[in-house]
Amino acid sequence: MLLSLGLILLCQLIGEAIARGTGIAVPGPVIGLVLCVLLLATRDRIGRLAPVELRDGTFEQTGRGILSHLSLLFIPAGVGVVQRLDVLAGNALIIVMALTVSTLLSLAVTAKVFAFVASRTARPSGTP
Amino acid sequence: MNDDVFALWVYLARTPLLWLTVTILVYCACDRVSAALHRTPLANPVLMSMVLVGLMVRGTGTPYADYFDGAQFIHFLLGPATVALGIPLYQNRQLVLRAIVPMGCALLAGSVTAMVSAVLIARFLGASPMIVASIAPKSVTAAVAMGISGRLGGDPALTAVLVILTGILGAIVVTPLMNLLRVTDMRARGFAAGLAAHGIGTARAFQVDLLAGTFAGIAMGLNALLTAVILPFLL
Repeated sequence: MLLSLGLILLCQLIGEAIARGTGIAVPGPVIGLVLCVLLLATRDRIGRLAPVELRDGTFEQTGRGILSHLSLLFIPAGVGVVQRLDVLAGNALIIVMALTVSTLLSLAVTAKVFAFVASRTARPSGTP
Repeated sequence: MNDDVFALWVYLARTPLLWLTVTILVYCACDRVSAALHRTPLANPVLMSMVLVGLMVRGTGTPYADYFDGAQFIHFLLGPATVALGIPLYQNRQLVLRAIVPMGCALLAGSVTAMVSAVLIARFLGASPMIVASIAPKSVTAAVAMGISGRLGGDPALTAVLVILTGILGAIVVTPLMNLLRVTDMRARGFAAGLAAHGIGTARAFQVDLLAGTFAGIAMGLNALLTAVILPFLL
């Protein structure tokens, strides 16, 4: 459990270091995500040489543990709304319109394009 | 007696313990309510918790910085959680690789739609350049959006709030909207949720379906990348 947590933090740490060091636009945690995938691929490549904790499902369980309460993690930033009530109230119409219309539009466009292209590129043998 | 209570309050208000505990317990309660209501979209646990905790912070006259002293331990986990999205991604790698073409097309179309529509609507309604820059990255996960907004002349703290509001809105409307549009492909539904509503949309997608959640996580990561690269050219 502890090793898994440490490795997840290490992925993020290296990710942040790469992001800062190179000045690229990619956020550190996203680089960490890629590193996490590489870590798992390496584990499957080296088989029994990997630490037991990585092979017995503990790593996956730890990740699931963090992800199962993903919603909770947004509350501290969300409560920041109390700081900006004046700006929100002063621009209420703009914000409500821009957020609502843009969110609905981007949800619809993304899903429709995905579904359309997926139906066109699916092999004729027919995966659902 | 009142002095004792006041002294206790002064003590509690100064430790991170109070607001950390409040945030976690309020969320647990709201999550129970959401589960009891069969995860109906409108009973969004983030929205309910945000309102309740916000009212408590306001009601007690606590400065946001003091609240954040306690809540930062939760906020910090956003980074490790993003890394952990690599786990379901790796487990579903075959499914993901098979969908690489639709994902690429949907990413480009959705990301550009999210940015351009927000900027055009805000400008059309006469928003100041600061507001436009703060709204533009609204679909991107909070930490990244704040960075983008700051670089383009927006207000990062305002962006954080707009990002959360977008996430909540997206998480609430995604299920009914997808049903209305008759999109049944869980990959497409999840990908849209993660792209338009970042982590909160992803959390919603995981509530509905594991595969949808996986695709939402990928969309969130890719959209953060693409928006950071493209947005400076659009403003």
